[in-house]
Amino acid sequence: MRRIGKRSHVSVVVVVAVTAALAFVASGCGGGGGGGGGPSTTTAIGKGEGSLNVIEWPYYTDKSFAKPFEQKTGCIIHRKDAGTSNQMFALMHQNGGGGGGQYDLVSASGDASLRLIDAGDVQPIDINQIPSWKDFLPQFKSPAHNTVDGKHYGVSVQWGPNTLLYNTKQVNPAPTGWSEIYGSKYKGKLTVPNNPIQIADAALYLMQTKPSLGIKDPYELTKAQLNAATQLLVSQKSLLKRYWNYATDEITSFKNGDVWMGAGWPYQTLQLQADKQPIKEIVPLPTTGWADTWMLAAKAPHPNCAYKWMQYVTMPKVEAQQAIVFGETPVNPLACPYMDKIQKGSCAAYHLNEPASYYSKIKFWKTPIAKCGWNSSSDCMDYNAWQQAWTKITG
Amino acid sequence: MAIDAGALETGPSLRRARLRLSGLLWRRPSLKALGLLVPPLGAFLIVYVGALGVLFVSSFWTIDSFTATVKHTWSLDNYRLIFAQGEPYLRIATRTLAVAAVVTAVDALLAFPLAFFMARLASRRTRAILFVMVLLPLWASYLVRIYAWQTILAHDGVINWTLGKVGLPDLNLAYTNTAMVIVFCYVWLPFMVLPIYAALERIPESYLEASADLGARGLKTVRSVILPLALPGIVAGSIFTFSLTLGDYITPLLIGGTNSQFIGNTVYNFIVEANTPFAAAFAMIPMAIVGVYLLIARRLGAFEAL
Repeated sequence: MRRIGKRSHVSVVVVVAVTAALAFVASGCGGGGGGGGGPSTTTAIGKGEGSLNVIEWPYYTDKSFAKPFEQKTGCIIHRKDAGTSNQMFALMHQNGGGGGGQYDLVSASGDASLRLIDAGDVQPIDINQIPSWKDFLPQFKSPAHNTVDGKHYGVSVQWGPNTLLYNTKQVNPAPTGWSEIYGSKYKGKLTVPNNPIQIADAALYLMQTKPSLGIKDPYELTKAQLNAATQLLVSQKSLLKRYWNYATDEITSFKNGDVWMGAGWPYQTLQLQADKQPIKEIVPLPTTGWADTWMLAAKAPHPNCAYKWMQYVTMPKVEAQQAIVFGETPVNPLACPYMDKIQKGSCAAYHLNEPASYYSKIKFWKTPIAKCGWNSSSDCMDYNAWQQAWTKITG
Repeated sequence: MAIDAGALETGPSLRRARLRLSGLLWRRPSLKALGLLVPPLGAFLIVYVGALGVLFVSSFWTIDSFTATVKHTWSLDNYRLIFAQGEPYLRIATRTLAVAAVVTAVDALLAFPLAFFMARLASRRTRAILFVMVLLPLWASYLVRIYAWQTILAHDGVINWTLGKVGLPDLNLAYTNTAMVIVFCYVWLPFMVLPIYAALERIPESYLEASADLGARGLKTVRSVILPLALPGIVAGSIFTFSLTLGDYITPLLIGGTNSQFIGNTVYNFIVEANTPFAAAFAMIPMAIVGVYLLIARRLGAFEAL
């Protein structure tokens, strides 16, 4: 969903190099495979199988940090890029599910991970095999979007908060909370993402402003609650200049002066500031955010390589590299000094040095499903209903 | 032994069969034509019509919302949802249709005088220059030109900058439906100019002389002689501008505002969310509209002007 726009800043060279690497792999290295067995009971990770097949957000196994891994472990990465969470889910679910015996890992976002777990497409992992796990921010050790009944179905990798961007020259005084994008003070100069998950932002806002609706979780809405959120977003529509589709669109709108304030990610703020634009961001708490998990396919043909990747990609230095390549925040706070080494001040810019109370106020994306966690009934609206509601708002 | 005998037999019999076949083809030329046409026609049917057929069939399937997989059971649910009260889909379709109609009308108004000048008044040299100018934009990527318009229409863009210089107030054109119509008119204009030019060029000079001899003034000649003869060209051009606008989704995405969603955008949204059956059903709407439009265009003689 959000990924498409981010590609632009990764050079074409990377694409060419990745393609070349894949071609090389295809011609040379065919082997690997072989009996995996139940990796959840493995006590130590065995030798790599020579291959690792991943379904990923583009550049989630970027060559800049994946190449050393391939050289060290001999696990050659074969990538299948996905553009949306549903696409990821469909890829994992096809050919009998569980990755079809073809894929080992999937870099699922919070709006797909619960579906993968419920559909049985991913399997629990032995979290003790991931040495960096104990260093993670507490929120990402066993988050609700990848850990069910104490079982870890993968390891958290990166995340980002949804932030409120504003033009410091036009918006005075500085905004203090999300109410700014629902009020008419900056009518016609606002923007929000074109994404059904935006409904959760409205629900989170309603949680504070209209407690009578009884919203417990912005991702678990009953029909009445979804309608209330939809209504709020319909009234917001007349205040907006546009819905942005790609991160670059939002950047352009801020640059051209068409938009003064809007919901976005730290990535846009950093790009705009790098361009000397008078843009700042705040993270009004509570807010929504997204978090990604490397999940192990139920029928992974190369579990050892998969474990080796999960171990590798959560190491502080690699976490820092990926964060900077992609414009997101590591789950491992030990990555902080490495980030600053790559890009001065980036650790603070990406909010990796905040106190613990900060992270607990971010409600991370999870798939809206019919089963409500908070009252164990099944009258919550599923993602399909969310999407139709979103079309009703924006259509 | 048996094998040898067989080998002796096949030589002459193969030749005989070949002769018989060529005789048959000579006697029945229609068979020959059929044989030549089957490969390209077959390819066209499979690739083009076949794909549309699959699209049509899949529009009757549904999706399991939890597993995001397609359920192959027949139902009219998708179509029911499109036409249901309180749903946004008819609104989106109407908007798309209206913008396509406006763009077509504006393009026809812009293109007719230009094509007339090129076909009947301009010197050979001017005509060549005008042709290059009409066609040149088509050489640059469509996407690049749309992004260029984004910067032209933007709040701090060329238009507002110019207005500011001459002391006029800003125009808030960026991210509106007006902006969308402007950009559509610009990108599809060449497709309107060329068929009208072709139609106007075909009008014999003697018709215009006859009209003048009979006492018709310029305007009357345009109305009674030139316009009726140019109409097939205008309709042919409108087929392009209308259907190209109807199927577009990039311009609404990059130029449009909060009330600019097109059929194409909705289809795209449902495809990326893996709900292909609904996307297929909604894609049937513009196909039906264009189908009806083509029938009308044929009656107006547009296909002879292409």
